[in-house]
Amino acid sequence: MGEKKRIELDYSKIESDRMRLNVGPQHPSTHGVLRLEVELDGEIVTEVVPHIGYLHRCFEKHAEKMTYPQVIPYIDRMDYVTSMNNELPYVMAIEKMLGIEVPEKVQYIRVIMCELNRIASHQIAVATFGLDAGAFTPFLYFFRDREYILAIFEKASGARLLFNYFWIGGLAADVHPTFKEDVLAIVKQVRKTNKEIEDLLIYNKIFIERTANVGILPPDVAINYACSGPVLRGSGVKFDLRKNEPYSIYDRFDFDIPVGMGEVGTVGDCWDRNIVRMREMEQSCRIIEQAIEQMPNEGDVQEKLPKKIKPPKGDIYMRAENPKGDLGFYIVSNGTDKPERVKARGTSFVNLSVLPEISKGYMFADLILILGSIDIVLGEVDR
Amino acid sequence: MGLLNKLNQPYEAGGIILGTFEDILNWGRARSDWYLHFGLACCAIEFMAMNASHFDFMRFGTIPRATPRQADFIMITGTVTLKMAERIKKLWEQMAEPKYCISVGSCANCGGPYWEHGYHVLKGVDRIIPVHVYVPGCPPRPEAFQDGMIKLQKMIKEEAIFRKRKKLEEETKIELSA
Repeated sequence: MGEKKRIELDYSKIESDRMRLNVGPQHPSTHGVLRLEVELDGEIVTEVVPHIGYLHRCFEKHAEKMTYPQVIPYIDRMDYVTSMNNELPYVMAIEKMLGIEVPEKVQYIRVIMCELNRIASHQIAVATFGLDAGAFTPFLYFFRDREYILAIFEKASGARLLFNYFWIGGLAADVHPTFKEDVLAIVKQVRKTNKEIEDLLIYNKIFIERTANVGILPPDVAINYACSGPVLRGSGVKFDLRKNEPYSIYDRFDFDIPVGMGEVGTVGDCWDRNIVRMREMEQSCRIIEQAIEQMPNEGDVQEKLPKKIKPPKGDIYMRAENPKGDLGFYIVSNGTDKPERVKARGTSFVNLSVLPEISKGYMFADLILILGSIDIVLGEVDR
Repeated sequence: MGLLNKLNQPYEAGGIILGTFEDILNWGRARSDWYLHFGLACCAIEFMAMNASHFDFMRFGTIPRATPRQADFIMITGTVTLKMAERIKKLWEQMAEPKYCISVGSCANCGGPYWEHGYHVLKGVDRIIPVHVYVPGCPPRPEAFQDGMIKLQKMIKEEAIFRKRKKLEEETKIELSA
């Protein structure tokens, strides 16, 4: 509990006590170790100051000291629920610097793994958002399905959460023989659960009452704060790097970009940001189905692995669509086997910066929901 | 200990259990551990999976508590940074005796992948608070969490709790039985 602080109000003659309240850094609904300093007038939030740095794990320092392949495990640990998606822009950047053309099979496996991980990440996002709103059942349903996705990752890479699966020029290992059937079974299961969750949580009257018209983020504010991912698309801005600047082989697939339309409230409220995630899962299922169909069976995934990784002098910026948004890596090479500098544009960090703007004037209980709808991962905020 | 087996074969007089009071007390303590979950990083996601339907952590008799004052043990899951270390120590001091600590994951055990160049990472949570069970892995599998929990239960069951209490009384010069 913070100290009581008297602040003179300039907008009225009513005397009002404002309280400074400390939320976190260890609080179950701050989604990690975020600390919020909240100023309250009664129960209305008047100011929010996020304090970060409780999980600063020195990513950029490690990138200076490690060789190029050794940096990949640290990238896994940045946004630890979407490791596959994190690795993709980094390995693509180094491949571009080295001039490696990766085999077709590798491209397809990468896309399938990324989309599976996008589903897993959105499942956690919607599940924890449901927890914040007071619904425990969707959490259990989503985590049941997530275990099946993790089983696929485990068969491929040996790890459940942090994979180090995408190597520069290839993959750590080939997928198992029944990969295609297993993935299609998961897609079926994901669709089934999503339908259940839509009945159970998304179109539930209580849930709509709590989340609609709360935390409205107008499109121009979202763009000014450089938001990306579901936070931006929830405000109705149709921007997805997979469509707008296709990387890897995303231009071969047919899929839509779901945007928030203000179905039950205003465009850009918490409900819209959440429904964008639900619909993106469906689009990911569509991409996976097409990729499974087109994926070649033959091919060596380690065929193009370079003997030594020494990119020529220069710099490169590569970005890709993370489940949370636009993740970019700026890599400066000095011609040796270690990068001079790797700068990461953390999606969660940028998206978090909009929180003080959109949470003013709402109830304190809504602040937790707004934070949940932004879906931050503190490992990526602090890096 | 086999107390339950004895209960299954009651004596004629309505069931007599032979054993020390300490045994019975420890049997109960080991099976109703409330924990303060201190989720910090990647391991906390595995811990969420552990709490969900596949692994069901609550069958060990554990209930998550949000305050240290109601917790029997603290579960440190993730990287402890210098900025966070002070708070962990404070939380540990707020917990009531008897209290235990499970350190989960390489980062909490020894600094993990950040041990060499991590200028902001505490190299092991055992530098600030005592740790009773270490669970290795980066991140550990949910099965490893379960193993750690079973190890802690075993430790609690074999503990001489009354002697520990007496020792604590002498050390702190506080009348605990007031």
